[in-house]
Amino acid sequence: MHFEYTIKEGDFVNAGAASSSVKKALKQLNLSSAVIKRVVVALYEAEVNAIAHAYGGTIYVDIDSERILMKVADRGPGIPDLDLAMQEGYSTARPEVRDMGFGAGMGLPNMKKNVDKLVVHTKVGEGTTVEMEVNFVE
Amino acid sequence: MTIKEIIGVLDGNIRCGESHLNDEITKAFSSDLMSDVLTLKDCPLLLTGLCNVQTIRTCEMANLQVIVFVRHKKVTPEMIELAEENDMVLIECEYSMFKTSGILYMKGLEPLY
Ligand SMILES: Nc1ncnc2c1ncn2[C@@H]1O[C@H](COP(=O)(O)OP(=O)(O)OP(=O)(O)O)[C@@H](O)[C@H]1O
Ligand SMILES: [Mg+2]
Repeated sequence: MHFEYTIKEGDFVNAGAASSSVKKALKQLNLSSAVIKRVVVALYEAEVNAIAHAYGGTIYVDIDSERILMKVADRGPGIPDLDLAMQEGYSTARPEVRDMGFGAGMGLPNMKKNVDKLVVHTKVGEGTTVEMEVNFVE
Repeated sequence: MTIKEIIGVLDGNIRCGESHLNDEITKAFSSDLMSDVLTLKDCPLLLTGLCNVQTIRTCEMANLQVIVFVRHKKVTPEMIELAEENDMVLIECEYSMFKTSGILYMKGLEPLY
């Protein structure tokens, strides 16, 4: 199965719409709720980041019987110091993002905890691509 | 505790999910920070003062089925629509987060940690 979703700039109201439809698709596949949760929490964190810290982008999802591949590619400012951004508690979130309950600097570390593979490509002034993989069979 | 009992002791107002009134709840977590909610392991009930569509979305992803909105926050129609789609229970409550948490703790609900 292949899905693509467009994330619009500043579209906080719909943040999570893509993760929600991926969750519905995974529920059809008889996967354990623990695996589904790992996938959708990680994807949701990345989806929120593309809205909170960048100017929108595209989500690509590929599902086969053994694993799910997710790619969240945004147009945005990029991340100048990725090692720093991966640390718990580091956040540059704007006040409006904090008002929505985000901006604790937990998202990237939480993605790492939930997926089997996380690769972040980022270029200052261009954007960030977060690639994640979760295997269904342990 | 059942959801019905929780509503009783909090003098709460159920806004959707009435079919779950007899469901048993054993644990709860209190937070206004969705970043933290997304790191929880297994928790059925969230007490929060953050009242927007993102609260519902976050709980959908983190598998929290029941949300109590404290500090007399009012649930909006968009929130109810999204919650119903995901078979969730939304409850409004007039008390502060501290009081709500204290009452439920005294009644035996367990903390996550
Ligand atoms: N897609 C992105 N584009 C640009 N910067 C980003 C992006 N994702 C993360 N960052 C940077 O990395 C920091 C840490 O991200 P992380 O998701 O861990 O925390 P947060 O989004 O600030 O807060 P939380 O995820 O806890 O709500 C962000 O504050 C931001 O500076
Ligand atoms: Mg984040």
